Amino acid sequence: MRVAIDASVCDGKGYCKRFAPEVFDLDEWGYGKVVRDEVPADQQANAMAAVEACPMQAIRLV
Amino acid sequence: MRFPITVRSLGAPRLLLDETADEGEPASSEIVQIAEAAGIRGRGGAGFPLAVKLRSITAADLVIANGAEGEPTSVKDRFLLRERPALVLRGLRLAARAVGAGRACVYLSDHAAAVTLRRLAPDGVDIIEVPPGYVAGEETAAVRAIGGGPALPTAKPPRPWQSGILVCNVETLAQLALAARLGPAAYRMTGTADSPGTLLVTLSGAGRTPALFEVPYGVRLGDVVRSHLGRVDRVTGVLAGGFAGGLLPARALDLPLTHAAFAGVGSTLGCGAFVLLAGDCPIGVAAEVARFLDRENARQCGPCVKGLQGVAETLDRLVIGSATGEDVDRLERWGAALPGRGNCATPDAASVLIGSLFRHHRPLVRAHVGTACPACVPADFRIPVEET
Repeated sequence: MRVAIDASVCDGKGYCKRFAPEVFDLDEWGYGKVVRDEVPADQQANAMAAVEACPMQAIRLV
Repeated sequence: MRFPITVRSLGAPRLLLDETADEGEPASSEIVQIAEAAGIRGRGGAGFPLAVKLRSITAADLVIANGAEGEPTSVKDRFLLRERPALVLRGLRLAARAVGAGRACVYLSDHAAAVTLRRLAPDGVDIIEVPPGYVAGEETAAVRAIGGGPALPTAKPPRPWQSGILVCNVETLAQLALAARLGPAAYRMTGTADSPGTLLVTLSGAGRTPALFEVPYGVRLGDVVRSHLGRVDRVTGVLAGGFAGGLLPARALDLPLTHAAFAGVGSTLGCGAFVLLAGDCPIGVAAEVARFLDRENARQCGPCVKGLQGVAETLDRLVIGSATGEDVDRLERWGAALPGRGNCATPDAASVLIGSLFRHHRPLVRAHVGTACPACVPADFRIPVEET
């Protein structure tokens, strides 16, 4: 499983990091970034929760 | 009207020869083989092997000849579109046949070229003109504009080839047409084994009128500069690869013009455009480039919008002597944080620029803290080629 954030949609709300801190982090400017290219099996539920929680719908499964 | 920039070659010219001889049509299966045997690399910036690109695309629908040259220090694509349109159109037809695409178009921002191409283009080849812009030539921006949207980049994946769209720089297509005309063996007679053939190089700066060169891959940058300026000892540094390759010291003149050589020093050959510095302060040049990137980015991706604004402001403060040591530390950190943070490579270009400042000019950066620099003078690196 792989996830990506559309940088042009992300608004820096930070839900991704809150729901899946091992998959997402916030960058220097407070925008979400993917820190694990390949999401490990034990983090997939968290990553899916982040996908659903993101108020901008900026996270996609790729 | 004649192209307003002087055009010359080192070694035997190919693209510069205006040959429009009637030629045979290779079978579509042969075209990929020609691209592969000739070893053609993409001329849009990345140097990606054309044959690999042609092979990786399945269910091709559309081929785009990308001539929306957004790099302000490059003129090569506009030269080809205005002065060698038949070669570009022939390359486009070959590429479309190679991948079995039913539609083809030329995508550009140069009105003079658009007028010429609308007259020459055969039925089935659309000419799509968009306003000039730094990001307009990015491949997903091209696809978006041709689909009726703004000429702004979209998120990847998918890359265009994954959606059945082949995007090739116009020089790449002209090179494909040349390889088909010359045959792969003759095509490889110049250039290097890894980067065969010639490439177009735009030189500007150093107080001299800009010039466009066709040179074999692998010649040293200094050899082209000597041909342009008559000497190389005035050159104190180079802004490399359009605005994508950062600021290199004068010893970059010893580098051969290949993608590998420039990648090896943390830079990029990019679109083959070089601004020669002759005493210009690198900090002032970086500030100028950063202002351009801050102004010309797509205004779409937060890290790019905010990051480049901060970078441009910090470099401006270094120029006028109001920056602190903390500002310098933050600038270096931003440089490291910018790569990959946008839908296109604009933040990456800013990162290479900042990285090159700290790699090659760190003491000079520190010397600008709290001290206004008399050698940081405003400059405009854009090369005008508008019709007069």
